[in-house]
Amino acid sequence: MSTVATPGARPSLPLSAPTLERMLYYLKLTRESEWRIENVLYRQGKIVGGVYVGRGQEAIGVGAALTMREGDVTLPCHRDFSVFLIRGFSLPDIFANWLGRADSPNRGRDNTIHIGSMKLGIIPIISPLGATAPVACGVAMVMKQRGNGNIAMVHFGEGTTSLGNVHEAMNFAAVRKLPVIFICNNNQYAYSTPVDQQFAVKSLAVRGSAYGMPGESVDGTDVLAVYDAVERAGARARAGEGPTFLECVTMRMTGHSAHDAAEYVPPGLKELWAKKDPIDRLVKFALSRTLLNAQQIERIDRRVREEVDAAIADAEARPLPRGEDALKGVYCGPECWWENAPAAPAATPSEAAKSR
Amino acid sequence: MALLTYLEAIRQGLWEEMEHDSSVFVMGEDIAAYGGAFKVTAGMLAKFGEDRVIDTPISETAIVGAAIGAALMGMRPVVEMQFMDFIACGFDEIVNMAAKIHYRWGPAVPMVIRGPSGAGVHGGPFHSQSNEMWFVHTPGLKVVAPATAYDAKGLIKAAIRDDNPVVFYEHKFLYRRIKEEVPDDDYVVPIGKAAIRREGTDVAVITYGAMVWTALDAARELEREGLSAEVVDLRSLLPYDEEKVLASVRKCSKVILLHEDTRTGGMAGELAALIAEKAFDDLDGPILRVTAPDTPVPFSPPLEEYFLPSAAKVIEAARKLAAY
Repeated sequence: MSTVATPGARPSLPLSAPTLERMLYYLKLTRESEWRIENVLYRQGKIVGGVYVGRGQEAIGVGAALTMREGDVTLPCHRDFSVFLIRGFSLPDIFANWLGRADSPNRGRDNTIHIGSMKLGIIPIISPLGATAPVACGVAMVMKQRGNGNIAMVHFGEGTTSLGNVHEAMNFAAVRKLPVIFICNNNQYAYSTPVDQQFAVKSLAVRGSAYGMPGESVDGTDVLAVYDAVERAGARARAGEGPTFLECVTMRMTGHSAHDAAEYVPPGLKELWAKKDPIDRLVKFALSRTLLNAQQIERIDRRVREEVDAAIADAEARPLPRGEDALKGVYCGPECWWENAPAAPAATPSEAAKSR
Repeated sequence: MALLTYLEAIRQGLWEEMEHDSSVFVMGEDIAAYGGAFKVTAGMLAKFGEDRVIDTPISETAIVGAAIGAALMGMRPVVEMQFMDFIACGFDEIVNMAAKIHYRWGPAVPMVIRGPSGAGVHGGPFHSQSNEMWFVHTPGLKVVAPATAYDAKGLIKAAIRDDNPVVFYEHKFLYRRIKEEVPDDDYVVPIGKAAIRREGTDVAVITYGAMVWTALDAARELEREGLSAEVVDLRSLLPYDEEKVLASVRKCSKVILLHEDTRTGGMAGELAALIAEKAFDDLDGPILRVTAPDTPVPFSPPLEEYFLPSAAKVIEAARKLAAY
């Protein structure tokens, strides 16, 4: 495991109050949204199917996505809720997707945050994980040819690094010097399997050098450390220096999914990691540097609660799809159902773009 | 018009699409400097450059996955499987990623996966398979299998222009064995349309790929016996031309379903079900299948010869049907 980085230790970081406020807002919005999904809507039977959340590892998505520029593409994993928000998916649309509504990004075809939009630069995962890693290479190939300085970043868990497609993708990216960042959230468990039964290396960072790219391990509970590492990897990629492998060490503070009580986690381990909670860490840091005050933080909390309440109400009011719509849109053609249908996902300008 | 082999016709189709559309590029193992294991892409590197004719590591998952990423970015990648047997290595990217993207969240995935399939060249279990049904059973994909040089060019062009992932089954036995006058013009053979290769009235032989030629051989022999066989070339397997299949069945009232693929779960089973559902009253005899047996493709020539459907087996089936 990597050492714990001191938040803000790196001078290159844009440690302005507005930046910290945005980071904290997205961390908290993600935490609250996922809490409602897992502990309210799912328990109420309103969300059906699998429920996967990223409690404890929110800093990875926030830190990574906030480095993105217009034209970049991200391929988040199922525990990177924040990435969708930061790239511009609306919160009501995201809840509507979880609720299987007709008027939702996937119109009921695929659940959770398997949502994507090429306009927003997001390609969603498929459940056989790792399949997005080679796709990120194809995206990066095109970016490299176009020469716009754009990059692709693909997220996956440490469990996924045991799959061949990740290795094929890393080799392919290194050989072709592609502008892609492989971001691994090492959250200690692949479903119920602990890391010592998944791989025999001390740090996954060595996976990078094995393929001829830099590999780095960072504290995945420190949003500033993640931001800094992704920003540096991004700068390399934008400068034509090729891919980077980043291991962000963290802990999955929930079961694999909502039905999993995670009794396989030994007593005390979660408590240990709770001391490194990404939100608490950032709050403490911001207060200690007097970059934010208690009133500002309270304001963020209130805003988050109001937005989540409103988004859920909005999403729940939307109709469910009609059964026969299952037949539509299997193929893309001149009369493409997706393009012509009135319920196209509302694309709002990405937060990342607005901020620059 | 020029006299082209099946292989040259594929190359010409690819070449023309590369010339017409800068978003088209080719990628695969040994396809650039070497020109491909069968030389389908020979000469392309010199003409189109290394950004558009790309050699990759031996990495089918990465090749197919990268094609998906490029397609999402607005390109039209055409990737080669050195042998269609090796497509199994990229299976997840094809059936779970490429095939379902449009249905799940909307974007087009215009890409072609092409390569040599089929037996008859003593390639053994891993260089001879006809595994098209893996993909015919995957909604979201299109699957085509040309039998003639004309179709090979027209279908590869149609596949490249299609906005969906298309799996393009070339038959390696036909690569240099058949030649045909192929127009130099820009034409496409629409995906999903069958062709009648020979008109007949007594029995319809419905097939695709190299077996079209086997069916035609059988039809010539049957003619001498006074039996008129119609030969239907499906050309596309997903979607397939239901209308033409049913029309030929109604016309002949007897039907033989022929393919080089193995028997259980093969295209013949699907067609038999269609015919039973929609043309039962038109049948004057049982629906007969002539297919490879349910075994891997064996290597040694006598074994492979036994494995492959032949004109003799089609003739035997036709004689059996003539008794009804």
